[in-house]
Amino acid sequence: MTRIIKYILYDMLRTRFILLYLGFLLLATFSMYMLDSDDAKVVLSLLNIMLLIVPLVGVIFTTIHFYNSYEFIEMMLAQPLNRKKIFISQYLAVIMALSLALIVGVGLPIFIYGVNSSALMLLYSGLMLTFVFVSIAFLAAVFTRDKAKAIGVGLLFWFYFALIYDALLLWAIYQFSDYPIEKATLAMISFNPVDLARILMLLQLDSSAMMGYTGAFYKDFFGSNMGFIYSTMVLMLWALIPVSWSMYIFKKKDL
Amino acid sequence: MISIEKINKKFGKFQAIKDLNLRLELGKSYALIGPNGSGKTTLIKILLGLVIPTSGDVQIGGESILQEWKYREKIGYMPQIGRYPENMTVGQVIGMIKNIRNHKGVMDEELIKSFELEKFYDKRMHTLSGGMRQKVSAALAFFFNPPILILDEPTAGLDPVSVEILKDKIKQEKESGKLIIITSHIMSDLDDLATDLVYLFEGDLLYHDTIKQLKKETGEIRLGKAISCLITQNNFVNQLIKS
Repeated sequence: MTRIIKYILYDMLRTRFILLYLGFLLLATFSMYMLDSDDAKVVLSLLNIMLLIVPLVGVIFTTIHFYNSYEFIEMMLAQPLNRKKIFISQYLAVIMALSLALIVGVGLPIFIYGVNSSALMLLYSGLMLTFVFVSIAFLAAVFTRDKAKAIGVGLLFWFYFALIYDALLLWAIYQFSDYPIEKATLAMISFNPVDLARILMLLQLDSSAMMGYTGAFYKDFFGSNMGFIYSTMVLMLWALIPVSWSMYIFKKKDL
Repeated sequence: MISIEKINKKFGKFQAIKDLNLRLELGKSYALIGPNGSGKTTLIKILLGLVIPTSGDVQIGGESILQEWKYREKIGYMPQIGRYPENMTVGQVIGMIKNIRNHKGVMDEELIKSFELEKFYDKRMHTLSGGMRQKVSAALAFFFNPPILILDEPTAGLDPVSVEILKDKIKQEKESGKLIIITSHIMSDLDDLATDLVYLFEGDLLYHDTIKQLKKETGEIRLGKAISCLITQNNFVNQLIKS
């Protein structure tokens, strides 16, 4: 399997997309650090980039890569190789490439300008979001043979989680603001990986006071170790369920 | 060696293969023919595990191949349109497949030599012409000395010299007792290479016998004539049944 991953990574590096992504992350992070001397503010600005860009790149890169390697997959499948192995190699190779770009692109500036817990948390939530959105994109990709359709579905997911879901949540909170709905919103947040990552970060930054009573409630929950473990577990589920589902489909797919 | 039992394959509502039963044996070479869309490529893809049949079973060497992968060590496949990672060079692709297959036995490098592929080892796949691609596919199909060879339109796109090289190679492998399945629309090629005929029509097995027998039945000397005779007969019978 490592042999296959090696070849996929090699092929991926040739397309230069990953290098572009790495360059962008380096540029963004370095410039943020240069613009502001307050580390907390830098992390907050980076958070906004992270929450939008990382899922977007995850979705687009994964679908494009999957369709570009259709030939490769077809060729592999005519060889004495297990379908599951081929799929897992593809998945791991994409995860490895994107994570590596993220770790170097954001981690390197952080390392230079001083490591602190909130910066590490930023990197952590970025990695988690990469896993989740790569999995979702794989699911979209195995469902259809049409590249444009798969990218469309992937983008829809991104749009929904990054923008629409929040609007809906806000609306719900506003409508039911007379009731004690903290626990319900907590449950609703679990249904959006981007929100989970955002809250993890905001609490780490101590800006939860700005979120009023609800913020205090989240702080109480997410601020503790339990909250961290809970959100990690939920994010893991967000990554594992789509990827195992797509593997199940891939195993039975006609090529 | 290969036994196909009651295979059905549906793509949505379209039935590509209907209740197909077929036994293929070592030492024979089969011409798989039929009009476009008659299910030839689907049948080949089922043998390779690229397409999974809706029902029925396929056995190679007495073992079912459904959901299996190890059996593909026994198969050399030359696709109609060879699809390879476009960014890799010819040498890298050959090296990669060698590496992945991890073959222990003797390698058959004859075609690489006679096609002079080594000259092109530094060229990237996307710069290759269709014929060059076919040569790479052919060399890879024979490379690991597999007992079963599946050749999908092997001579299409090759220049006359290369066609002869490939045909000689196929004949030589046939004589060494391998099972060969060839699809082609060029009847004169099949006349030289195949011993048996498998004729598919709309996913159905229409004719399966030796070519000698077919020629005897139709009274024709050339395979092309014999087959067109077979098709006309078949159409005639169909019309009779309908009316």
